[in-house]
Amino acid sequence: MGVKFGPVLYIVPGDICSSTCFLTFPGFLCPSISCVSVTVTMAEEVVLLDFWPSMFGMRARLALAEKGIQYEYKEEDLVGGKSQLLLKMNPVQKKIPVLIHNGIPVSESLIVVQYIDEAWSERYQLLPSDPYQRARARFWADFIDKKVWTSGHQVRSSKGAEQEAAKVEFMDSLKLLEGELGDKPYFGGQNFGFLDIAFIPFYGWFHTYETFGNFSIEASCPKLIAWAKRCMERESVLKTLPQQHKIYDFVLHVNKMFGLH
Amino acid sequence: MGEEVKLLGLKRSPYSCRVEIALKVKGIEYEFIEEDLSNKSPMLLEYNSVHKKVPVLVHNGRAIAESLVILEYIDETWKDTPILPRDPYDRAMARFWVKFIDEKALHPSIDCTHSVYKACTTQDEEVIEEAYGDVEFLETELNDKRFFSGESIGLVNIVVNFVGLWLGVIQEVRGVELLNKEKFPKLCGWVDEFLGSSIVRESLPSRE
Repeated sequence: MGVKFGPVLYIVPGDICSSTCFLTFPGFLCPSISCVSVTVTMAEEVVLLDFWPSMFGMRARLALAEKGIQYEYKEEDLVGGKSQLLLKMNPVQKKIPVLIHNGIPVSESLIVVQYIDEAWSERYQLLPSDPYQRARARFWADFIDKKVWTSGHQVRSSKGAEQEAAKVEFMDSLKLLEGELGDKPYFGGQNFGFLDIAFIPFYGWFHTYETFGNFSIEASCPKLIAWAKRCMERESVLKTLPQQHKIYDFVLHVNKMFGLH
Repeated sequence: MGEEVKLLGLKRSPYSCRVEIALKVKGIEYEFIEEDLSNKSPMLLEYNSVHKKVPVLVHNGRAIAESLVILEYIDETWKDTPILPRDPYDRAMARFWVKFIDEKALHPSIDCTHSVYKACTTQDEEVIEEAYGDVEFLETELNDKRFFSGESIGLVNIVVNFVGLWLGVIQEVRGVELLNKEKFPKLCGWVDEFLGSSIVRESLPSRE
């Protein structure tokens, strides 16, 4: 029993410290009760296994940034070969991002973001509090993964009729999302939240999609672009999202490496 | 005016069944509306204009689609008899396994490995190997617990109802035995326990 100073407090054997001693310092000898409180700073250990161009990894980075959580970033070279740590921490999917919190891994980007929201619930809230609004946010995040990611991937990796079909699906999906945004500043309403985090990483890839597919997203979805630019004014987003041309260069580089078009 | 809960669903759909099980576990009264997917009702098209699929839960006029989203909504709205665990890490694990089940076993429409489903419809050695690998993960996760995530029927169990019933049927129909008692004793034991629960028995369709 004792009081907290820092994350962990140990009482040297024997006496119980008075709970009013909230000013205890490491090694401080309380005059009223003979005890010594020693603080061991066992900081939260947070590690993120990630890959810089990954939009899924960016979601985890954004959530951590919004919550002001210190962490160690570990870059995985997904092109060169996956590390032993990744294979150990995510043996099932072998994918990034993997959040390792005090040695325990959590994977799948949307699950990671929700975990961050719940484990650090006292900080800035990412998901809305109302169950129906939460359901809407989860629904649209799931939609992004099922429709936007899949068709976007097709846009940049296929040609001809297949690519054209993918472009249509991609733009239709974006228009639906624009509808969900409506006139709100963010998907989360007045506050940048879960769905904004789920979607804004894709903005880093827009230039890539547009160049490979030869079309303009802003022309069809001006409100979405306005939303994206608004998000880019947030420090967390500005620091997290790589510049669009860097992602494009990366894709070109990978395509060349693997002899793709 | 009481809560008005409607479920647009399909008796033979595992996605629809998981929602029914959740509603029953929580003791929520609801009206079940069976959809004809070859002739979708105006109500379905209105309530789920994005995907036009079942299940859709309509609560006091507001619609929620996607079975896993619905399950979380139910858990957050009716707080008795929780389906998801309380601890953030346990919740993350439950969500992870549920996603794993959906991707590996249930999604023929998505172009990712739906290994278990594929394994039941193929002779390809490699595919069957992969499916065994995935089922192995489930077996390890189940460990010695009565149900996934402990003693009570929770999220993962509700979702894995697929393994319990549909896999059995598919196996019979296709003459493939993926889930045999020798290799996966714990999973088979779980299947028997789960199907034994009366709530589950009520909610699942008959094998025909």
